[in-house]
Amino acid sequence: MRVPVSWLREYVDLPVDVTGRGLAARLIDAGLEVETVDEAGADITGPVVLGRVLAIEELSEFKKPIRYCRVDVGTANGTGEPQGIVCGARNFAEGDLVVVALPGAELSGGFAIGSRTTYGRLSEGMICSATELGLWEDHEGIVVLPEGTGQPGAEAVGLLGLREEVLDIAVTPDRGYALSMRGVARDAAAVYGVGFRDPAEVAAIGTPGAGYPATVADPEICSRYVLHGVSGFDPDAATPLWMKRRLALTGVRPISLAVDVTNYVMMELGQPLHAWDRGKLRGPIEVRLARKGEKLETLDHVKRTLDPDDILITDESGPINIAGVMGGLETEIDMTTIDVVIEAAHFTATHIARASRRHQLSSESSRRFERGVDTELQVAAATRAVALLAEFGGAVVDGGYTHVDLSTARESIAIDADHPARVAGADYPAGTSARWLREVGCEVTEEASGETLRVTPPQWRPDLTDPNDLAEEVIRLEGYGAIPSVPPRAPAGRGLTDSQRTRRAVGRALAGAGFVEVLSYPFLGERDFDGLQLAAGDQRRSTLKLANPLNDDEPLLRTTLLPGLLRTLVRNVGRGFSDVALFEMGLVYLPKPDAPEHAPMPPVDRGPTAEELAALEAAVPHQPRRVAAVLAGDREPAGWWGRGRPAIWADAIEAAREVGRAAGVELAVQADQRAPWHPGRCAALYVVNNVVDNMDGGASRTLVGHAGELHPRVIQAYGLPARTVAMEVELDQLEEARSGLRAPEVSTYPVAAQDVALVVEESVPSGEVEQALRAGAGELLESLRLFDVYTGEQVGGGRKSLAYNLRFRAGDRTLTVEETTAARDAAVAAAAERTGAVLRG
Amino acid sequence: MSAPNSSYDPVEVTPLQPDEVARMREEALAAIAAADSLEKLKEVRIAHAGDRSPLALANREIGALPPSARAEAGKRVGGARRDVAEALKERQTVLEEERDNRVLVEEAVDVTLPWDRVPRGARHPLTTVAERMTDIFVGMGFEVAEGPETEAEWFNFDALNFLPDHPARTMQDTFFLEAPSGGESGLVLRTHTSPVQIRALLDREPPVYVVAPGKTFRTDELDATHSPVFHQLEGLVVDEGITMAHLRGAIDAFVHGMFGADLRTRFRPSYFPFTEPSAEVDMECFVCRGASVGDPDAPCRTCGSEGWIEIGGCGVVNPRVLTAAGVDTGRYSGWAFGLGVERTLMFAHGVEDMHDMVEGDIRFTSAFGMEI
Repeated sequence: MRVPVSWLREYVDLPVDVTGRGLAARLIDAGLEVETVDEAGADITGPVVLGRVLAIEELSEFKKPIRYCRVDVGTANGTGEPQGIVCGARNFAEGDLVVVALPGAELSGGFAIGSRTTYGRLSEGMICSATELGLWEDHEGIVVLPEGTGQPGAEAVGLLGLREEVLDIAVTPDRGYALSMRGVARDAAAVYGVGFRDPAEVAAIGTPGAGYPATVADPEICSRYVLHGVSGFDPDAATPLWMKRRLALTGVRPISLAVDVTNYVMMELGQPLHAWDRGKLRGPIEVRLARKGEKLETLDHVKRTLDPDDILITDESGPINIAGVMGGLETEIDMTTIDVVIEAAHFTATHIARASRRHQLSSESSRRFERGVDTELQVAAATRAVALLAEFGGAVVDGGYTHVDLSTARESIAIDADHPARVAGADYPAGTSARWLREVGCEVTEEASGETLRVTPPQWRPDLTDPNDLAEEVIRLEGYGAIPSVPPRAPAGRGLTDSQRTRRAVGRALAGAGFVEVLSYPFLGERDFDGLQLAAGDQRRSTLKLANPLNDDEPLLRTTLLPGLLRTLVRNVGRGFSDVALFEMGLVYLPKPDAPEHAPMPPVDRGPTAEELAALEAAVPHQPRRVAAVLAGDREPAGWWGRGRPAIWADAIEAAREVGRAAGVELAVQADQRAPWHPGRCAALYVVNNVVDNMDGGASRTLVGHAGELHPRVIQAYGLPARTVAMEVELDQLEEARSGLRAPEVSTYPVAAQDVALVVEESVPSGEVEQALRAGAGELLESLRLFDVYTGEQVGGGRKSLAYNLRFRAGDRTLTVEETTAARDAAVAAAAERTGAVLRG
Repeated sequence: MSAPNSSYDPVEVTPLQPDEVARMREEALAAIAAADSLEKLKEVRIAHAGDRSPLALANREIGALPPSARAEAGKRVGGARRDVAEALKERQTVLEEERDNRVLVEEAVDVTLPWDRVPRGARHPLTTVAERMTDIFVGMGFEVAEGPETEAEWFNFDALNFLPDHPARTMQDTFFLEAPSGGESGLVLRTHTSPVQIRALLDREPPVYVVAPGKTFRTDELDATHSPVFHQLEGLVVDEGITMAHLRGAIDAFVHGMFGADLRTRFRPSYFPFTEPSAEVDMECFVCRGASVGDPDAPCRTCGSEGWIEIGGCGVVNPRVLTAAGVDTGRYSGWAFGLGVERTLMFAHGVEDMHDMVEGDIRFTSAFGMEI
């Protein structure tokens, strides 16, 4: 809501020295979000004066008709002689009063006026249009002032109100009353403690019940319905300059007197109005809900199918308006309208809100109805409108008006008088609550010797329904600054959960290992999955979809973190970084196959039952937390120390292991084939579950992710550096597999080390050999490490030699050579049995 | 077994003569002084202090002297050997020092050589700043609550007193999820962290003191100050006898912990469906402390010369919200706040453009390292 300060002053006795900024600060303290204070016309400087056109000389030798005018500008030009001005507009005549910008003046946008020769004449200034003066948008020509505005030569800026402070208020949904000058004025009067003149205090004109016939089908859709009218309206009558100016300052474009009056009264009082051409109405009006199949072409030339939830205004021809939202085209007033019917109604907010959304029509009218309009304002608003139409449009106000009153009395709210003080945690003097509540228009009755207040909120405050609503009124007017600061007294907390600590540990571990964290958007498109080379039926293509994505190409929610990381990698490479290691930790969004079509919406007047809660949870998608990393270029750069080392598949697996270690679990690795990875360089990652749950008595394992080099086609699709590697693991599953940590026994007896070289078929995974060695070596094995892999003539084609260092130690004695050798032999035997390994001679 | 050589003539034992001992000592000392390397000194040591050195041999002869002469001879030889040993030790020290100096100089390196062999990583500053914000409250005894990012509308709106047809419901530009059929699903990307309030209240019994950091989503295009994906830190307290004064105390503790002690805060009335009364929270600009207000010569970039910086919204939990979460409103009341993580990072560390936080440029993130 844009509020010109001079207009506001008409209703509030603001002290003379109050500035726009000062007023804004006070209103902000009182709860109105004043976003800016604009000074309209601040950039108009220099001599801008009234002038009277004395003579017009038509110049016809140019492409378009031009006028050379002699204009009386009094003594403003220093000579008192008529000013010669060339003008291209034609909407004025000799004798008209106009606005002249003399040389030296500057208009909006740095438009400097000077003397110059144009169309063969010396033009000393400019006759101004409304747009040039910043009055309102008008490209029809120059502005012709009404007689009596002032004398030629008089300074125009003040006379026409060219400079004006305007508050721009972002009205919160609870303060519909502030969508009017009246509402803002009342708050301003309260915060300054000065008088308020209510513009709605106008006496009704005419006889109630004798207006255009109307009925309301249901008080649930409309609690008050008022029709009033005028006859003999002059469709050509001009809107007075001041009204146009005020409408323009509030951001409403002036159109015609009839339309301007309805808008003006809406801005002034907050009551949306509608005007019909009475000659186009057919029989009595009925306010009712739409019937299935009804249609209406609205003012915006859209034919709309109406919903049984829409409130309609109908006559014998059918629907003529979608109530409170938009009028119909058929009954619109036009430039031939001489009899006007004005509607002022109170429609039910929720119906208007739904209709506005359904038809995607958000109008000044629907915005006000949605937020709640004063329930008793309608007669005054209609009266005000017809009076203005009569005054400026030469019309006669009808002798009677229609007033359907189905309203019910508002219920009072009982609160403890000290409730606001208890909510605030402040000490307020006795009587504070009652005083401020009366100030905002509530009727307050004190009960139980003042301890309880019975409060009836005013008709323009539909938002005041609960004790805390009333508490807020008291606390904000008493000043939020009066609330003391007292530290909260939480019971002893337990700190972060294991899971929360694990996430921090994982982040630190990966950052410590050289990865830079990324927080990418979770929005994907099919293109991303294609780029990952996912098969048509891949589970990851089964996604949740946004109904209103920002980008139509990316309506899907991520089921993998990789696309976001890969795009960020490409961006960094594009910015000149060849060696990049990135990670992201975040949720993926997985549809539940058995989720209901629509998530339930249990009532909110009580807590949900266990069943309702379970149904809600069943509808919420599965959203596990994942960690993913990508690497490209060198893992270690070349330098003065020697050669660099490119990032390879093993770095991706190691990154996953890093995550595992930070989460307190060891990952097991097995070759796998899965997009988007290189089929020969892809590892499946498992955690071994601690719970022994299968028949063999062995531990089961859970797949937690994949790591390795990306498929060349993925590299190509995303434009990645060659040999880019990546990993993705599900952190939630790592956390589940984690078990309590037990301190290891640290033996101080000497270690016995043994090296063995085993020859196996090339296809045997080293991981299996290692597992076999561990199993065979038994409890004396302290550690085992693969320190060399050899292929070549010495071991024969198709085979490889794996060299291991085994370290044995006992907790209670020094091992004998025989013991150590026996353990080593057992390890080799197990490897031989399980993998066909042969001890290399 | 033979008797002591009592008839031995001391005059005949030349090596024990004072002159002779003195000569051997002088020779030894001269050799030591002349040794110019540790290797030479080693030879000198063997020659003049070894088992076969003249002084060692002389020492052996002492036993041959008559008892009356032994003491004096022993003193003489012993003194000479001590002097030699002393001189050897001193010379050894000097030569070792010389060697060390020489070798260590030879081993000197250029310590200004760069060592960027180990890649440097970093955590995202939004992650670390959110942790820091969280930890201020954890230090006050709060726990950290969590909820999903794709949320049922009931949690995101209804239970928070955003009624189905209330304009507030359209105030937050919401991402809606499509049902598999293409219709409405009743699911949204959460528009704020406030649904975690409901989840926290359903999860635990009062007293509840929780914060909930997390991702939130609104249909804003990315620009310098907006992002469709952003982060909030929610706070919720539900207990007996809770007032706005405690809310203010908690906000003050946060501002003091995050931005500096004795910064003032102020509440401005506002509106949120889930709090009543509601307030926007401003803190005093920690850069200019208000000095830039009305002083065009010293503008403040941080607060735009407003003197105050908006950091979030807060209020008393609307009893309707407690009711929807099954909390006894007769007994309990509470407050809640929502702080912007991006805003906090922008102000605390001078980040001027949202793009930097979103794009993942390693130069930006790396500058923040491991902790903030």
